[in-house]
Amino acid sequence: MSTSTVVTGLGVAAPNGLGTQDFWTATLNGKSGLGRIRSFTPDSYPARLAGEIDGFDAKEHLPSRLIPQTDRMTRLALVAADWALTDSGVVPDEMPAFDMGVITASSSGGFEFGQNELRKLWNLGSEHVSAYQSFAWFYAVNSGQISIRNGMKGPSGVMVSDQAGGLDAVAQARRQIRKGTNLVVTGSIDASICPWGWVAQLASGRLSTAEDAETAYLPFDRRSGGHVPGEGGAILVTESAESARERGARTYGEVAGYAATFDPRPGSGREPGLRRAMEFALADAGMTAGDVDVVFADAAAIPELDRIEAEAINAVFGRESVPVTAPKTMTGRLYSGAAPLDLATAFLSMKQGVVPPTVNVNADPGHGLDLVGPEPRTMPVRSAMVVARGHAGFNSVMVVRSAES
Amino acid sequence: MAAQFTLKDLKRILREAAGEDESVDLDGDILSSGFEELGYESLALLEAGSRIEREYGIKLDDETLSEAVTPEALIKVVNDRLAASI
Repeated sequence: MSTSTVVTGLGVAAPNGLGTQDFWTATLNGKSGLGRIRSFTPDSYPARLAGEIDGFDAKEHLPSRLIPQTDRMTRLALVAADWALTDSGVVPDEMPAFDMGVITASSSGGFEFGQNELRKLWNLGSEHVSAYQSFAWFYAVNSGQISIRNGMKGPSGVMVSDQAGGLDAVAQARRQIRKGTNLVVTGSIDASICPWGWVAQLASGRLSTAEDAETAYLPFDRRSGGHVPGEGGAILVTESAESARERGARTYGEVAGYAATFDPRPGSGREPGLRRAMEFALADAGMTAGDVDVVFADAAAIPELDRIEAEAINAVFGRESVPVTAPKTMTGRLYSGAAPLDLATAFLSMKQGVVPPTVNVNADPGHGLDLVGPEPRTMPVRSAMVVARGHAGFNSVMVVRSAES
Repeated sequence: MAAQFTLKDLKRILREAAGEDESVDLDGDILSSGFEELGYESLALLEAGSRIEREYGIKLDDETLSEAVTPEALIKVVNDRLAASI
C-alpha cells in the first residue's frame, strides 16, 4: 500500500486577499478583487478588467539580493512559500535537503520581467539586457527560486498545462512523495498582467470585454461571455502522512484522488474528457460520487465550456445533486494558480464547515447545477472535488478529503 | 585624465545589479574578500560587469570578469581599461 499525501501548510496570494486569513475572510464575505487594470493603462485594449493583488511590496518580504532577479510572479511565489512553510511548522534547515522537493506549475512564466528586458533589447541594445533574463522569465523559475531559498534539493520540476497545471503539479508532488520524498512544496502562483502578458491572453479569445466588474465574469450564467484574468494562487506544503505524523504536524487533509484526461480532436464528435477525469479521480480516491460534498468548478464562463462542465458534473453526480461553487468569480481565473487556490479554499471549507459563495452569477437553470449562491453555505465538508481545465484540451480533477474523514 | 573607478562605484553598481546579501556588510573592509563570500555568484558579476561596461564605455570579456575574484582585482582591471581607452 502506498503512503498517503497530506497537506500541512497553506500560503495564499489572491486578488481579494493577501495571506490565508485575509483571503478567507474576503471570500466568505463575497468580496471581489476584480476591477479596472491599475498596473498599466488598459484603455487601448479590448479587455480592461483584471483581478490584481493590492498592497504587495516584495521588499518588505524578500532580501534585496532576490529583487533584481525576479518577476512579480516569483516574488509572490517565494513569499507564499514562506507563509506555507511557517503555517506547516516545517523548518527547512532542520530537514535533510534531499528529502524536500519543489514542484510548481506555470502557465506563462515571468512576462513582466521579460517584457522589460525585451524593451531594452529593442530600444537600447543587447548589452542593456539583464543577465537575469536568462532565468527570470522561465516557467520553472518559481520552483528553482523556492528550492534555492529553502535549501530543498529533492525531486523538483514544473508542470505547464495552463490552468490544469495547478492540479498536475500537486499530483506530481504526490507521485514523488509515494516514491519516498518526505516533503514537497507545491501549488502555483501565476501573474502576467502586463501589456505583453495581456496580448498573449487576449489571443485566447476568451477574455471578457465587459466594463463592469460585477457582470464581467459570469460562469454558468446565460450572460456569460468570457473570463476576467487574475494573478496569484496558492503554495501548499505536502508531506507523506508518516512524516507529518512523526513531527506532530497539524494536517488540513489528504490529496485522495487525481486524474487527467485530454479532449478528443475538435470536430471529432466524441465526448470531451472531463467526465472521465472526474470518474477516474473518484476511482483513484476509492470514493463514489456520493462521498463528495462539494465541487469547485473550473468555471470557464464560455457558454460551450460551461455546458460541457455542467454535463460532466451531472453525468457523474446527477442533476442538482452536489453543491457546486466558483469562488474564482471573486479573483478571476488565475491560470495555474487557480486550482491550488481552490484546493486551499476546499481545506479551509472543511475546517470551518462552510462552502464559499459564487458571486454575481444568476445560474442558468438549464445547466441543472446546485450552484452555491451569493451567500456562503454552512454545511459539513469532509471532501471536495476541484476541477481545472487548460486551454486546448487539458482536463484535471483532484479529490481531497479532511483529516478526520 | 580618465575617470577613476572606485570601491564606492563598485558597491553602488553591485547593489543596483544584484542587491546585497543580508549577512554581509558591503561597507566593511571588503577589498580583498572573494565575491563569492560577499554573496555574489557568477551571474550577479556578469550583470554588474555589464553595467560597468555601459556606464564607463569599456569592454570586459567573460574571462576577465571570472578572473577578477575580489573587488580589488575588479577595480584594477576596470581602471586599467579606462587608462588604456584614453
